[in-house]
Amino acid sequence: MLKRTPLFSAHQRAGGKLIEFGGWEMPVQYSTITDEHLCVRRAAGIFDISHMGEVIVRGPAAEAFLNATLTNDVRKLVVGLGQYTLMCHEHGGVIDDLYAYRLGAEEYLLIINASRIEPDVAWLQERLGAFPQQADVTLANLSDHTAAVAIQGPKTPGLLDQLFPAASTGGTHVAKPSDLKKNQIAQFAFDGQAVCVARTGYSGEDGFEVITPALLIEAVWDKALNLGHQFCLQPCGLGARDTLRTEVCYPLYGHELDENTTPIEAGVGFFVALDKGDFVGRAVLAEQKASGTKKKLVAFKMTDKAPPPRPHYVIWAGGSAVGEVVSGTQSPSLNNGIGMGYVPPQVAVIGGKLEIEIRGRRFAAEIVKKPIYKKP
Amino acid sequence: MSTQVPADLKYAKSHEWLRVAGDVATVGITDHAQHELTDVVFVELPAVGRKVKAGEACAVVESVKTASDIYAPASGEVIEVNKAVTDDPGLVNGEPYGKGWFFKLKLSDAAEAGALLTPEAYTAQIGG
Repeated sequence: MLKRTPLFSAHQRAGGKLIEFGGWEMPVQYSTITDEHLCVRRAAGIFDISHMGEVIVRGPAAEAFLNATLTNDVRKLVVGLGQYTLMCHEHGGVIDDLYAYRLGAEEYLLIINASRIEPDVAWLQERLGAFPQQADVTLANLSDHTAAVAIQGPKTPGLLDQLFPAASTGGTHVAKPSDLKKNQIAQFAFDGQAVCVARTGYSGEDGFEVITPALLIEAVWDKALNLGHQFCLQPCGLGARDTLRTEVCYPLYGHELDENTTPIEAGVGFFVALDKGDFVGRAVLAEQKASGTKKKLVAFKMTDKAPPPRPHYVIWAGGSAVGEVVSGTQSPSLNNGIGMGYVPPQVAVIGGKLEIEIRGRRFAAEIVKKPIYKKP
Repeated sequence: MSTQVPADLKYAKSHEWLRVAGDVATVGITDHAQHELTDVVFVELPAVGRKVKAGEACAVVESVKTASDIYAPASGEVIEVNKAVTDDPGLVNGEPYGKGWFFKLKLSDAAEAGALLTPEAYTAQIGG
């Protein structure tokens, strides 16, 4: 039985085409992927991300616990600020990539991938069991009671100010949501309840994520769509979410990241704070940062007319098979095949020539700088 | 939303249409199929001269999301392919029964085409 989010009937009403994604029944598109993608690049789109997980970590030792468990330095977070971070095994393989927000002096919110809720929570509990100050930390998995939407695109600040028209009540103190800066989070009142609004996203555009109690999300969704007409807001599915993030080279767990891949190999070493003291995976990640890795994630563009690259297609360089595509699609913004894949470091040179094997034929591609798509 | 199922065509369960004129048949994919695929971004057609059997995968249509095989609805030899649709794959979405055709087959067994779905049967299959 596939899990459904509290917005399931809203998706049906909006004509969403539903597919299975990581154990969830989610909309892949409402109109077309290209249409929704371009709408987010030019105006505004709203995505159901209620399938994602939410974990609250509280207590006097919450900061120390998270800093020993996650790769980024959580001490950099003032109340009302979030950061991208990763959770690794001792061998450096990624358990999940996530956002950590500091909601209060001793309270953190982790936003984790839908497909990773169970392994993440089990891992956090296991680590907490081995943590010296475990009595000073509590973990709460709120994933089943919490829902969220991402509202993304250049026109979203005006929409958010109409959706939440009063000053924030917690987190970062702002008069209106559009005063939030990148990665800041604040609470706003909606129908008499508190919702979290963070200025972040997964599209490469300006945007917000709104996290609410499960029962409140449909009212937020409906009101956003009603107010959204003047901002050309469209409901957008996972299809556009994937093409948007691929164009800007944001990793997706299960594609760029998995338990056999480290943040250094995936090119997200910026979010690994080796200088903060010990944390799970530090030894391996420090060694890789110093001496290099066996594989490296590269972004590429098809250079000849070719079918779109897809995950698992073989990458060739210099006449040898050197790796595999992990994400690939036809870029709606560039109208060109694009993708990412792992290759040996000596191949991973900007401008380097690759070939992507598609149905037995090889098509020319070139390694490009990330992100593949940059706003004009 | 109504899906077009022209009355003068034959249909395969796998969502191809066949327009028969003598012993030559033009093949494309249905309006329902293009709507399900959405945003066709690449079309790969068989080589002219290739002999295909009914039900054989002989072309590929790719949307942003996925690649799908297209099957020969009847047996025969490919005698012409639509260059326009490889140059502008969006024709499959815009004119699935017109400029978005895929290839022409010289039929080797006229009875096969007769056994394909009628417009009514195809409409029933897609729940129209």
